[in-house]
Amino acid sequence: MVGAGIVGASCAYALTRAGVRVTVVDRGGVASGTTGAGEGNILVSDKEPGPELELALRSNDLWRNLDEECGGFEWDPKGGLVVAETPEVLDALTTFAETQRRHVPAADADAGAPPGAAGVVASLVPAADLREFEPHLAEGLAGGIHYPQDAQVQPMLAAARLLRASGARLVRTAVERFLVSGDHVTGVRTGQGDLYADAVVNAAGTWAGSFPQAPLPIRPRKGFILVTQPFAVPPVRHKVYTAAYVTNVASDAEGLETSGVIESTQAGTVLIGASRQRVGYDTAIDYTVLAKLAKQAVGLFPVLRTAQVMRAYAGLRPYSPDHLPVIGPDHRLGGLFHACGHEGAGIGLAPATAEMVTAQVTGGRPPVDPAPFAPGRFA
Amino acid sequence: MSYDLAVVGAGPAGLTAARVAAKRGLRVALIDAYARTGGQFLRGAAQPRLTGVDVKLGQRVWAVERSSGGFEIHASTTTTAAILLVATGAHDKVIPFPGWDLPGVLTAGGAQALVKGERIRPGAEMVVAGTGPFLLPVAVTLLEAGVRVKEVLEANRPAPRMAAALARIPSKAAEALGYARRLAEARVPYRTGHAVVAAHGEDSVEGVTVARLTPGWRPYAWRTVDCDTVAVGYGFTPQVDLPLQLGCALTGDHVVTDDRQRTSVEGVLAAGEVTGVAGAPSAVVEGALAVHSLVGEPPPRLLAEKARLRRFARALDLSYPVRDGWRDWLTPDTVVCRCEEVTLRAIDEARDLGAHDPRTLKLLARPGMGWCQGRMCGHAVARLTGHEPAPQKRPFAQPITLADLTLHDREDNA
Repeated sequence: MVGAGIVGASCAYALTRAGVRVTVVDRGGVASGTTGAGEGNILVSDKEPGPELELALRSNDLWRNLDEECGGFEWDPKGGLVVAETPEVLDALTTFAETQRRHVPAADADAGAPPGAAGVVASLVPAADLREFEPHLAEGLAGGIHYPQDAQVQPMLAAARLLRASGARLVRTAVERFLVSGDHVTGVRTGQGDLYADAVVNAAGTWAGSFPQAPLPIRPRKGFILVTQPFAVPPVRHKVYTAAYVTNVASDAEGLETSGVIESTQAGTVLIGASRQRVGYDTAIDYTVLAKLAKQAVGLFPVLRTAQVMRAYAGLRPYSPDHLPVIGPDHRLGGLFHACGHEGAGIGLAPATAEMVTAQVTGGRPPVDPAPFAPGRFA
Repeated sequence: MSYDLAVVGAGPAGLTAARVAAKRGLRVALIDAYARTGGQFLRGAAQPRLTGVDVKLGQRVWAVERSSGGFEIHASTTTTAAILLVATGAHDKVIPFPGWDLPGVLTAGGAQALVKGERIRPGAEMVVAGTGPFLLPVAVTLLEAGVRVKEVLEANRPAPRMAAALARIPSKAAEALGYARRLAEARVPYRTGHAVVAAHGEDSVEGVTVARLTPGWRPYAWRTVDCDTVAVGYGFTPQVDLPLQLGCALTGDHVVTDDRQRTSVEGVLAAGEVTGVAGAPSAVVEGALAVHSLVGEPPPRLLAEKARLRRFARALDLSYPVRDGWRDWLTPDTVVCRCEEVTLRAIDEARDLGAHDPRTLKLLARPGMGWCQGRMCGHAVARLTGHEPAPQKRPFAQPITLADLTLHDREDNA
């Protein structure tokens, strides 16, 4: 397993449960990359109907199981609230939620399940009721959509707990390249020597695309998060975000995009995102972006005006050209499997990704159709 | 208006630099977080005349940025200048021990500030503990404020190197002798190889456990001493947040400068403790040298004086290290990070989960995530994972309200 982020840790957990002996290699240790710079979102609300929504729904169930089996990572099924500034935006959100609700998971469709079964749960919140969900929301919003399935974990703890529970060995060193014999990967060359394995899983996050023997079109996209002082009772209950977030997530724009995404953590702090920029591996602080995030936050929650910001950090999220994760056997080399390209949704999608990879490595059939995620789609 | 020089920090280094620069005809801004000039050392004791200097007090600088004409220094207002001199000083270094989170445990610098700055007597009966020559003036300040100082405990056993260094600087030797005489007159024992390894009390300090220490600071031969207040200081940590934001090179805990106080970043100078803790006389010399680097050649006399004081500082640094034996003072319930109330037990659990370095430890157990952003616990957390304490890059050198942050969108201001 190359990578000890949430995807590598989840894969290690699922694979060892299936009887596979796993060694995890990461140059920075557990959760040292994208996982350590995220909010821990487990969302269905921002997913368009399609394969990623299917993966998200499956993951949502699996996270609930993981909390019971393993736990210790601040699982919080707080729900999401998407708010609209204008009636037009509310109409668009309502239509979007309707298409999500009508989406039938493929496995259930096979069994002839009615639309809506095991699908997205979403309900319209009229303007007058918004304050029941979020007492400190700004005045003048047109309404919103409530998604009770949205949840949050503390992502670093989740990766560390899953890795620990897996019993897999963690080796802290860099993977330099894959060891290849003919058209088959037989292991990895690391800073501490060669490791041989029947299968190699590439869960290397933003670096997953850069192995010369099996390149993938995965690039980093930078995002900032602001962190406020701790509150005894944080003024935000759900994950609250504006409609612009949904369009930005799916956007192909090169330049800076920001949208208000605000939520609290169990430590009492409020996390404020979200920005997206394609600037390579540069994680330098940009106060203009932070100012925009601050503006959006106080726009949604005026009570935050006087909150002190204590820190900010930039994270790099690995994205693929079609914004779908890359999961499955490599199309060029045998014995190599990819589990990468989850962009900002890696925490949420990790358990279903791990389930899929485990089925593929052990010759089983994953519950979610893996075809749309196949690495060969960019060839 | 844009200044030729902006000086951040109005302690001995910054005050000297601002005064010399103004005399040389530079347009100077002097910025400090406190309401009075003087910094930690002078504590606003004498407010110097600063003719021709724009003094901006009560301005907590949270960020510095490069701009087309030089630098923008962001506090509650933004100052622009062609050259930036960072003279932000240092803060107390502390190490955790059982009970250090009780009311009545102060830093040595904090205790001194209460007396000098606020004219408050920190306690009635006090023990002063830690390492370094700074403990002596703190104890004397407390005595003069009417505190009954029961003991002064120096964890190290200063080596002959220290005596030799003192002998080379007569003014320092006289100063040290003066403190020692004052303590002896008041019958205050000064014990080397001793430390306060625990503080006790219900709601506040009622007493401390004092132990003898091995050379590696492992405790043995414990006894208790009744007191209502403890002042602890284990040296100082330079405040390098601003130079780090600009990408200045560091070595160990401090900013690297050349002999004229130039950092690795063009246009950024640094003087005083931020370039390595060396005391106020050294800071004054460096403040003057920084200005000379801008206008004309530095006088050889100043360069020689700086070298002499720096040699002394190096001898101090080597004589008063922090040894790792303090880790044996802790119990599983000892709070290591006071802001986030992270105990040693929680830290050990995180290490067990795979946190082998300070960053991962912070992500898994939260030490250093709170109000002080690791300024207090940074040394301890690093050493608990076997790492050298290293300054962290902090995008916000001071907390700032979201409302104030909204004003910094360049695209709005363009």
